[in-house]
Amino acid sequence: MSIKIYVPSDSSSVSLGADKVAASIISEAKKRGIAIELIRNGSWGLYWLEPLVEVSTAQGRVGYGPVKPSDVTSLFDADFINGGTHALSLGLTQEIDYLKKQQRLTFARIGKTDPISLKDYVDNDGYRGLANALSLSQAEIVKAVTDSGLRGRGGAAFPTGIKWNTVLNTPSEQKYIICNADEGDSGTFSDRMVMEGDPFVLIEGMTIAGLAVGATQGYIYLRVEYPHAFEALNAAIDSAYKEDYLGENIKGSNKAFHLEVRLGAGAYVCGEETSLMESLEGKRGLVRFKPPLPAIKGLFGQPTVVNNVISLASVPIILDKGGEHYRDFGLGRSRGTLPIQLAGNIKHAGLIELAFGITLREILYDFGGGSATGRPIRAVQVGGPLGSYMPESQFDTPLDYEAFAAIWAVLGHGGIVVFDDTVDMAEMAKYSLEFCAIESCGKCTPCRIGSTRGYEVMDDIINGRDLDKNIPLLRDLCDTLLNGSLCALGGMTPYPVLSALNHFPEDFGINEKAGA
Amino acid sequence: MTESVTTQSVVQEITNNLKNKPGALLPILHGIQDALGYIPAESVPEIAKSLSLSRAEVHGVISFYHYFRETPPGKNTVHLCRAESCQSMGGKKLEDYVKNKLGIDFHETTADGKFSLEPVYCLGNCACSPAMQIGKEIYGRVSAESFDETIKELGEIA
Repeated sequence: MSIKIYVPSDSSSVSLGADKVAASIISEAKKRGIAIELIRNGSWGLYWLEPLVEVSTAQGRVGYGPVKPSDVTSLFDADFINGGTHALSLGLTQEIDYLKKQQRLTFARIGKTDPISLKDYVDNDGYRGLANALSLSQAEIVKAVTDSGLRGRGGAAFPTGIKWNTVLNTPSEQKYIICNADEGDSGTFSDRMVMEGDPFVLIEGMTIAGLAVGATQGYIYLRVEYPHAFEALNAAIDSAYKEDYLGENIKGSNKAFHLEVRLGAGAYVCGEETSLMESLEGKRGLVRFKPPLPAIKGLFGQPTVVNNVISLASVPIILDKGGEHYRDFGLGRSRGTLPIQLAGNIKHAGLIELAFGITLREILYDFGGGSATGRPIRAVQVGGPLGSYMPESQFDTPLDYEAFAAIWAVLGHGGIVVFDDTVDMAEMAKYSLEFCAIESCGKCTPCRIGSTRGYEVMDDIINGRDLDKNIPLLRDLCDTLLNGSLCALGGMTPYPVLSALNHFPEDFGINEKAGA
Repeated sequence: MTESVTTQSVVQEITNNLKNKPGALLPILHGIQDALGYIPAESVPEIAKSLSLSRAEVHGVISFYHYFRETPPGKNTVHLCRAESCQSMGGKKLEDYVKNKLGIDFHETTADGKFSLEPVYCLGNCACSPAMQIGKEIYGRVSAESFDETIKELGEIA
């Protein structure tokens, strides 16, 4: 039997040279006449160790990393194919603390399997949720999701079951399931990891959603910046069609569900669900007024479920193990697990799936190991570019939607970007306004004009011009954006701007008193 | 065959293949940009006609999306991430270096036509910041040195 060697195909791993490492391993094995089976798995999300090469042994999978192509010869010399010791040895992958301390539900298979092998998926508990769903009534499926307490993981945290129930109860010939895979927030990559590392779990989740609400067509609206995910999803969709997991007659049930991936074109605002639907319809991604809700009048005017990748990818395990199993994780009104993405200036960047409730400090130091530069961590931005900057005094906040909301912060999609003490928070506030100006769809005035005006005011503030006038002006402008914008882009840009101003007034050239 | 005839036939073929899809405009524009590198102005009437849209509507969509371009790109387009995570790892300094090295600003192409430079707002490679993308290749933990190496390789084959 040939030896199984794993090298991730995840795009971050590839960005660090995983393809070259894989090629080196194949050629070195050939040179030495050793029969190997090289599997391109998903990434475990331990990115400081990528490319992380694993070898299957009797004890389990043994890891080595970070591996460079030039390390391959010495790995073979050290008999790594039998788990031999090498300077890059990590021991059994499953025993690595960072991974061992996690509670992986949605990410249960990612890292373990070949992402585009349907057989691997089914052999590792895949499609069990769908099998259960096929034996349930539509209302029962929706109830299981409602019971799980799952809330939209895209950022808005709206209860998924309630959304599904609205679509189920809105009669229509045609309904749609849309997966919002326009993961544009800086510091977030869990959607990408799912689509590249376990695309079938998303396909299964969408199929279950289709059965639940009576939708026969699904679209994955994927950002164009994710070419690897596009390939993986299309390969997985092809296999799913071939094996009747998609199509007119899913597994002989006489129920239909079709799925297609559509690419965005670099507009951040298309992550907003109504703008996304405009884009899918082939138009400029202008935000729509709500109501009507997409659940009642969505894509092409039909009832539509729009859910984030992680929300939909969490559905199969809920249908497999029951809503209660999922709900038992977490605290308060934040149930289940959150795939936390730790990024930016941090020593151990990666994916950490845990039940809600862990504190920011535990994530930053126990998992993250402090900043990458070794300097003190000064600020973290949680929840993407529209999330607040949080100072050290807030690091004991538990990861929980309500706890974050209570201190005017945003948990959002669970992305955490870390900054050390060299960061200039006034520059970050200016960048937030610039970003809003670049990405504004232009439909509402506060966002379209306010962002540019805010950028100009920040420029004055940074240059120390007329602070007594300009700081109140900035606050006033943020108030207009906050209360007058049509969607979250304009409506939440004040979060990073005002949190930077409130927590780091010294960077704006004012003492704390003047900033209050 | 002249260049404009080729363009026309490419546009016609792509448009005909995709025009019956619901919401066909973005898939058509992607198809054309994948094939030609950009969306030539002369393709707009053809697209508009086949989808029963006005030329203004088609142009409006092209100009709304940052990714679509109406001018030919250089042989390699460097998409450099400007977002927060990359900034936390020296992205601004890298941006200055890259602009200086290529001698161009964002949205410009080098005089020899080898490189275009575009900003991008997140590549989802935030655990390996700073990041960039060239073609379909994504690069992580980009430094001035690794950038030089990459463009040297690409510059030679471009």
